[in-house]
Amino acid sequence: MSQIVVEKKVLNENQKIAAELREKFREHRVLVVNIISSPGSGKTTLLERTLERLDKSKRVAVLTGDLQTENDARRLAQWGFPVKQIITGGTCHLDAKMIEKHLADWPLEKIDLLIIENVGNLVCPTSYDLGEHCKIVMLSVTEGEDKPLKYPSIFVKSELMLLSKVDLLPYVPFDAELAKQNARSVHPGIEIIETSCKGQGLDAWMKWLEAKLAAVKAGEAVSA
Amino acid sequence: MHELSIVSSVIDQLDELKKQHNGARFTRVGLRVGELAGVDVDCLRFGFECVIKDTVWEQLALEIEEVPRRQRCPACNAEFRAENWATACPQCGEEATVLIAGEELQIAYVEVDE
Repeated sequence: MSQIVVEKKVLNENQKIAAELREKFREHRVLVVNIISSPGSGKTTLLERTLERLDKSKRVAVLTGDLQTENDARRLAQWGFPVKQIITGGTCHLDAKMIEKHLADWPLEKIDLLIIENVGNLVCPTSYDLGEHCKIVMLSVTEGEDKPLKYPSIFVKSELMLLSKVDLLPYVPFDAELAKQNARSVHPGIEIIETSCKGQGLDAWMKWLEAKLAAVKAGEAVSA
Repeated sequence: MHELSIVSSVIDQLDELKKQHNGARFTRVGLRVGELAGVDVDCLRFGFECVIKDTVWEQLALEIEEVPRRQRCPACNAEFRAENWATACPQCGEEATVLIAGEELQIAYVEVDE
């Protein structure tokens, strides 16, 4: 009996494609954000509000993942930016290969910002690198304050947490301070912006996005 | 939930490795799974049994090393196990400590029958 040392990532194949994508994004200076949350916390609504506010001269594209239907792509297409639905057909996450495939006919040199809306799931998408600059986790106030403790991986890996639906705070027993404290306890450096589809926090979110865009345009390496 | 696709990735890599080693008979594979890897170890074991059944890998044993989350303190260099999500340094109290272990999802080794 002998042992062969392997020491390879299990998702080596995904990692390889993600690294190629990251290199392409860097070359064409495309900012790529990967938005992850539970189903129903408001990813698509946030994107609608974001696309609505984005300057139409900005070259933005959206990939949105779901198990079934083109509903989200239809919702998002009305703002005039190119949107593509990725139907995973049952798979609980997006992987790098799906991104590569759906980007094949999109010229990256004509895109400044690529927003990826992952499948609603706080667990599986965490394991799959899509070549993005950063992951953004969204937590809504109709969920539990302890979500960061229950699903720590995604909070550890995300640069920004969007605390959504804060307009509902007066009506739900949700302790926003505790939720933020929980997120910071699993990831001390995580940035947090409170948002609502009614408009709260959207300026801060757009500012955050614009700053990232400017950094990528200037050729600065934006985190991992 | 995605443990089955993770098992498939493991088996794909083992198929490749087996080729590189001229069809050697692997008896055991060792995986390393960090506590932050987003992988449920019981699901992984179950998925593994399902995937190898009635294949050339049917006799392959699976060993999983679970890796706890560890942090390093940039202020005093202490390294510590982050238990119950307490990431502040137990030695000097610094809050912004850095993750150094716990995200692993790796094939560590295979054992070969010779």
